[in-house]
Amino acid sequence: MTDLARIRNVAIIAHIDHGKSTLADRLIERCGGLQKREMTSQVLDSMELERERGITIKAQTVRLAYRGSDGSDHVVNLVDTPGHVDFSYEVSRSLAACEGSLLVVDATQGVEAQTLANAYQAVDHDHEIVPVLNKMDLASAEPDRVKQQIEDVIGIDASGALEVSAKTGQGIETVLDALIARLPPPAGDADAPLTALLVDSWYDPYLGVVILVRVVHGRLTPRTKIRMMASGAEHEVERVGVFTPKKTLVDSLGPGEIGFITAAIKDVADCEVGDTITAVRRPAAEALPGFRPSVPVVFCGLFPVDSNDYERLRESLAKLRLNDSSFHYDAESSPALGFGFRCGFLGLLHLEIVQERLEREFGLDLVATAPSVVYRVTLTDGQELSLHNPADMPDPSRIRRIDEPWIHATILVPDEHLGGVLALCEEKRGEQLDLTYAGNRAMVIYRLPLNEVVFDFYDRLKSVSRGYASFDYRLEDYLESDLVKLAIMINGEPVDALALIAHRSQAERRGRALCVRLKELIPRQLFKIAIQAAIGGKIIARETVSPLRKDVLAKCYGGDVTRKRKLLEKQKKGKKRMRQIGNVEIPQEAFLAALKMGES
Amino acid sequence: MTGEPEPSSAGAQQALALYVHWPFCLSKCPYCDFNSHVRESVDQARWRGALLRELDHFAALLPRATVNSIFFGGGTPSLMPPETAAAVIDGAAARWTLATDAEITLEANPTSTEAARLEDFRTAGVNRVSLGVQALDDDALKFLGRGHDVAEARQAVALAQRIMPRSSFDLIYARPGQTVGAWRDELSEALSFADNHLSLYQLTIEKGTPFWRQARDGAFALPDDDTGRALYDLTQEIMEAAGFAAYEVSNHGRGGDACRHNLAYWRYDDYVGIGPGAHGRIAPAGEGRQATRQHAAPESWLAAVERAGHGTAETRSLDPDEQAREMLMMGLRLAEGVSEARLKGRTGCEPDRVLDRDGLTRLVEAGYLERRDGRLRATAAGRPLLNSLLIELLV
Ligand SMILES: Nc1nc2c(ncn2[C@@H]2O[C@H](COP(=O)(O)OP(=O)(O)O)[C@@H](O)[C@H]2O)c(=O)[nH]1
Ligand SMILES: C[S@@+](CC[C@H](N)C(=O)[O-])C[C@H]1O[C@@H](n2cnc3c(N)ncnc32)[C@H](O)[C@@H]1O
Ligand code: SF4
Ligand SMILES: [Mg+2]
Repeated sequence: MTDLARIRNVAIIAHIDHGKSTLADRLIERCGGLQKREMTSQVLDSMELERERGITIKAQTVRLAYRGSDGSDHVVNLVDTPGHVDFSYEVSRSLAACEGSLLVVDATQGVEAQTLANAYQAVDHDHEIVPVLNKMDLASAEPDRVKQQIEDVIGIDASGALEVSAKTGQGIETVLDALIARLPPPAGDADAPLTALLVDSWYDPYLGVVILVRVVHGRLTPRTKIRMMASGAEHEVERVGVFTPKKTLVDSLGPGEIGFITAAIKDVADCEVGDTITAVRRPAAEALPGFRPSVPVVFCGLFPVDSNDYERLRESLAKLRLNDSSFHYDAESSPALGFGFRCGFLGLLHLEIVQERLEREFGLDLVATAPSVVYRVTLTDGQELSLHNPADMPDPSRIRRIDEPWIHATILVPDEHLGGVLALCEEKRGEQLDLTYAGNRAMVIYRLPLNEVVFDFYDRLKSVSRGYASFDYRLEDYLESDLVKLAIMINGEPVDALALIAHRSQAERRGRALCVRLKELIPRQLFKIAIQAAIGGKIIARETVSPLRKDVLAKCYGGDVTRKRKLLEKQKKGKKRMRQIGNVEIPQEAFLAALKMGES
Repeated sequence: MTGEPEPSSAGAQQALALYVHWPFCLSKCPYCDFNSHVRESVDQARWRGALLRELDHFAALLPRATVNSIFFGGGTPSLMPPETAAAVIDGAAARWTLATDAEITLEANPTSTEAARLEDFRTAGVNRVSLGVQALDDDALKFLGRGHDVAEARQAVALAQRIMPRSSFDLIYARPGQTVGAWRDELSEALSFADNHLSLYQLTIEKGTPFWRQARDGAFALPDDDTGRALYDLTQEIMEAAGFAAYEVSNHGRGGDACRHNLAYWRYDDYVGIGPGAHGRIAPAGEGRQATRQHAAPESWLAAVERAGHGTAETRSLDPDEQAREMLMMGLRLAEGVSEARLKGRTGCEPDRVLDRDGLTRLVEAGYLERRDGRLRATAAGRPLLNSLLIELLV
């Protein structure tokens, strides 16, 4: 147990790529947490994918011993937070574990949407915020302009902002000294009943579930029988430790400390982020505030390209879920795509990450259907249901109303691209709430239907702003909406996997565009193919793929029948990768078209 | 056309076709991906010896056979010394029975030098020649990288027709920019001096050839599928009107003329292939049907033969299903299609074992395929789509 006055708990927050992980590396190195030769870059991003994409997915923490320039010894717990809007709840739990934040801002870029969103969250948690201007080694750094921007846009004092380079190590000491001097030490009562925040959890094949905790009151020691207050799960603690960043066992964790415990837990679902851990013997009267069970926001169907891989997909999903209880899956069968799973995610990035891990780590070839948000449907008989699969949409005659989720979106964009961004938001049924300027950057706040955002918003935003816009959002509320199901039919047969739910004002245009795109993607075949889009039984668009005209080897290769046979086998294999709807073969890409379609 | 042989009974004389590959050319045409190579010089005596040694090798495997056809293909076999052709023909006759009416074809490039040797090839025993005329347009011949012009080719054809009992020539159509009208004129001109046989191939871009790279880089574009099909349809129309109905996708004969050797491939008869890269389908006594493939690189083949007595790189047994699939793949190229009884007899496989029932039904309903009188055949509408048909049809 460490003396409270000597502890500082700090979260690092930043817009993606502003240098959060690099700064953490420097701090670890400075405090001797790792020998130089042990330093891989971005020590805290442990998953291969995290390192590659430069996104922290799991909260990571490290306990550092720092002797200040005044000779005092302190323990600094550094928490690296997930850096993406999909994980904003996880960020909020990391912040709840700390008393202050290092707000890292790229001095060449300035404030971006996630800088803002994260800073606001830190303010909400009453954090002492230490702004850090990073990348000062670059000639294009503009510390004064960025400080001004921090004050104007975020509204916090930036006079004490530190100027550093996480790359060269310049100014690293000042960061540590500022932490010690400016952050308040944690408060807590070692003798009070155990109250600890479950910051994050993940699965370790040797230890079972590893739980990252912040002790608020009481102590955590091995053999403590603990209870998760929200899930009700009870376990006996086996190990207690801290990350230095290597796992190091300790006798106990007391108030203000951040570390890990293991308790032979098999299932991360028992260990929900934000839950409160207490002792069974002398439980806390009240849980810590702010717990929210994680609810998937975006759904899509995942199907194995080769139907023989279904079992493997199931096993892989189960393995991933061991580590990530925020994604959900249920078996689903689609007439077009066969057996697969309906999966729920915290957002589009989360969806992409899971899909990519399935393909990369588990070697699966997948077809994903277009992502859908969760609609609330009220039937005429008063029954309510949540709908996230267009195939499940009840007949319109049975529907009294449908509500869809809206978000509060913040977009920062250089002035010259503002026009394009505004037009995009308008096209996406957005309602402008605010438009302000900080220097030559505009900050727009929009209310937008989430449905429009999961469609192709990210790609479009990137293209209208040449990649210079940053975007962040939070879910707001559900509002009644005029939504219809857009059905796609191939030779008269509805293809469930291509169906969409769209706002009536968008449905026709989207239907036409989708038919055109499908026509481009479905190769000519032996028979004529009709592609139709329909809304409520009425055909609104039609395209035809005319039959193949020529497909024969002109030449005779003497007696080389093998060559011909191999060619045919290859083509047959290619055909196997397509989906059969009636007698039409639809390539995988066609299913993605619904998802990636620009509406130009 | 010659009649289709009946299934042979075991122990009797086997019917055999003999393919001889000559892998050398004077220069490499930019569209060609055949096993052809340019060499400064060729040690003719060694090559002759090696071909004969391979004959020995296969004769030992297939001691009792009647050879109904020999085909010298290439490469450019008209560059080979006529004595070599003579040695192979005599060699085959010495080791096997050479049918008295055996068809002996030589592929020849229609240049004046090669034409000059046709007399000697005739003396060697060659009785049919197939000339690579390719186009009747000097610009097109240049584009195709050919070493002859139209006048030279026409002289070669005329000479071949005088010297050889039978002759044929090849044209490549659906060339970049070729219009339906231009092809109509070219084909009509070809018919005006053709013997009883023509091979008409649509230009195919083969991976790895200079044309493939040029097409990929946009230097030229082939006619699109619709134009390709229009050119194909026009070809059928003109050729039928002239009495040269197609007996195979790209081959046309008048009055029943057909390349008997190529028919052996399409009917899935047994054939021996010697020379670099040659393929064979043979059934040695006591063994099932096998696919043979000789080393493709000329020097490796030569070295292998001199070392081991043969240049076989691979011998693979084909199970009945594989044989049936191969027989269908080849046989559906023919207008006559495939006899189901013969399929069963030659491969031991019931046709339905390798046919996708739903696919077959769909294809028959669509008019692409016919199954009647014990035969399976692609219709005129189905033949230009044969690849797709086979993918649907074969399991
Ligand atoms: N020049 C320079 N580059 C830096 C500095 N800090 C980070 N970077 C680079 O910026 C990129 C993003 O850094 P990273 O730490 O992954 O950012 P994160 O997404 O906030 O974790 C990487 O290419 C780093 O090498 C710095 O101080 N100077
Ligand atoms: C073995 S090849 C060549 C024989 C001989 N060396 C010649 O060039 O005349 C037989 C025929 O195949 C045809 N051929 C070769 N490559 C072709 C291609 N890429 N596309 C269409 N036909 C081709 C030509 O008509 C050629 O005459
Ligand atoms: S001459 Fe014939 S075999 Fe030789 S490269 Fe040209 S097309 Fe090919
Ligand atoms: Mg990072």
